[in-house]
Amino acid sequence: MNRFKYILLVFALLLPLGTFAEGQEVEAQEERGINIPELVMEHLADSYEWHFFSYEGEHYSLPLPVIIRSERTGEWFFQMGVMHHHEVSLPEGFFLNEEAHGKIYEQMPDGTAVRPIDLSLTKSACQIWIVVLLMMGVFLTTARWYKQHDEKSDAPSGFVGVMEMLTMMIHDDVIKANVGEHAYKRFSKYLLTVFYFIFFTNLVGLIPFSGNVTGNINVTFLLAICTMVAINLFGNKHYWQEVLLPKPLYIWPLLVVVEVIGVITKPFALMVRLFANMMAGHAILLSFTCIILLGATMGVGMATGLGLFSGIMLLFMYTVETLVAFIQAYVFTLLSAVFIGLAQREEHEE
Amino acid sequence: MDFNSLPAILTPDLGLLFWMLLAFLVVFVVLAKFGFPAIINMVEERKAYIDESLRKAHEANEKLAHIQSESEQLLRDAREQSAQIVKDAAAARDQMVAKAEETAREQSARIIAEAKAQIESEKQAALQEIRGEVARLSVSVAEKVLRRELSNDAAQMEYVDKLLDEVSSNTK
Repeated sequence: MNRFKYILLVFALLLPLGTFAEGQEVEAQEERGINIPELVMEHLADSYEWHFFSYEGEHYSLPLPVIIRSERTGEWFFQMGVMHHHEVSLPEGFFLNEEAHGKIYEQMPDGTAVRPIDLSLTKSACQIWIVVLLMMGVFLTTARWYKQHDEKSDAPSGFVGVMEMLTMMIHDDVIKANVGEHAYKRFSKYLLTVFYFIFFTNLVGLIPFSGNVTGNINVTFLLAICTMVAINLFGNKHYWQEVLLPKPLYIWPLLVVVEVIGVITKPFALMVRLFANMMAGHAILLSFTCIILLGATMGVGMATGLGLFSGIMLLFMYTVETLVAFIQAYVFTLLSAVFIGLAQREEHEE
Repeated sequence: MDFNSLPAILTPDLGLLFWMLLAFLVVFVVLAKFGFPAIINMVEERKAYIDESLRKAHEANEKLAHIQSESEQLLRDAREQSAQIVKDAAAARDQMVAKAEETAREQSARIIAEAKAQIESEKQAALQEIRGEVARLSVSVAEKVLRRELSNDAAQMEYVDKLLDEVSSNTK
């Protein structure tokens, strides 16, 4: 319980820091007036730098490597320190296209701008790697405990115990229950990885200064593709019969269209659900933060009132988002398990 | 399709997709090999171990109950046996006592009979003796009385004897 209070305290202390970070950003834009939607979208987006805060015109960010391949020459470029607010130090012919969310574009000789192959380790990519390292750290530490104990020793307590409980909950109640006893072993590791990946990414995304990763369609797209592969590549004969030869035969043309669309809509729904939930959560947190700053431009009374209101709402939303971080990971895993289970079902099980 | 009219987070980005795929594959391979199997296998082994332990405990309980009933049976048997032995011993004792009594009775009867016979014979001998004595006395008395009248001693004696026989048989 004490530890829990401590964690809450850390969150409470970090919260104003996040607000402060946004605040500095806004102050810099104050002359232009606050454009909240633009500000929120900008913070949700990926970027070539890890921006922490701006203070008195200075921008404090961590430079990230930009890796691009020129469309003209086929040459690879590696560049550090491409920053939005600084003098752009891109190789010859490249520029940050403000029309296309500040992505790097290449000026072709014929005057057109094309997107080169861009494998830059952006903020989101960087955060994904942090999550990967975090997950490996957590699970290899947990696995080491199991190497040092055998089944006759007491069940683990503390951190290892929590990881075991969570893992077995997902493994038994979500994966085994929905995929089915006979087939779940093949998918359990994938589904557990998906669950923990989304869960950790969501949680890391809630830390102030970190970015919005699971609220980026590319990330959820890839996760959905993986699940789609898991559903269809390992789907059994009965599943394909249902998709391609749905009964009754006299409305076969209609049914087969519905079924084939269903193959795509299932992962599509997964992709959009996770993306929309996480993006909306971040947007709400950012919006409430912006309201505090908006209030600050409206005089003392408004500043106090709006600040207090937004502060309470922020705390509330942060708590909710922590819950959502778990729920969305759980739901994605649950639905993936259900869809995989449908593709593993045998005829007699209906 | 012009993605640039969409918000940045809805724009496909090959670089991010590439890093996402790579990172996800790495974490999947590492965790699927070293992370999750350790936990799942251990939990399943522990579950099997607990089930096994429970089964063994049940068996041990059953065995214990069996042993208990067996020992009770044994105790009961022993008690019965000891009771039987005591009963047998009592019977044997009674028998022995009865036998001894019987023997004693027989013996005493015999002794008594012998004693009686002896007494009888001694009585007869005594009577004989007494009779002889009486006869002698009678003869000597008679002799003294009838000395003169009686010449033939022997004939007289015989006669007296005969008389005495008659007398004694009368007194008997």
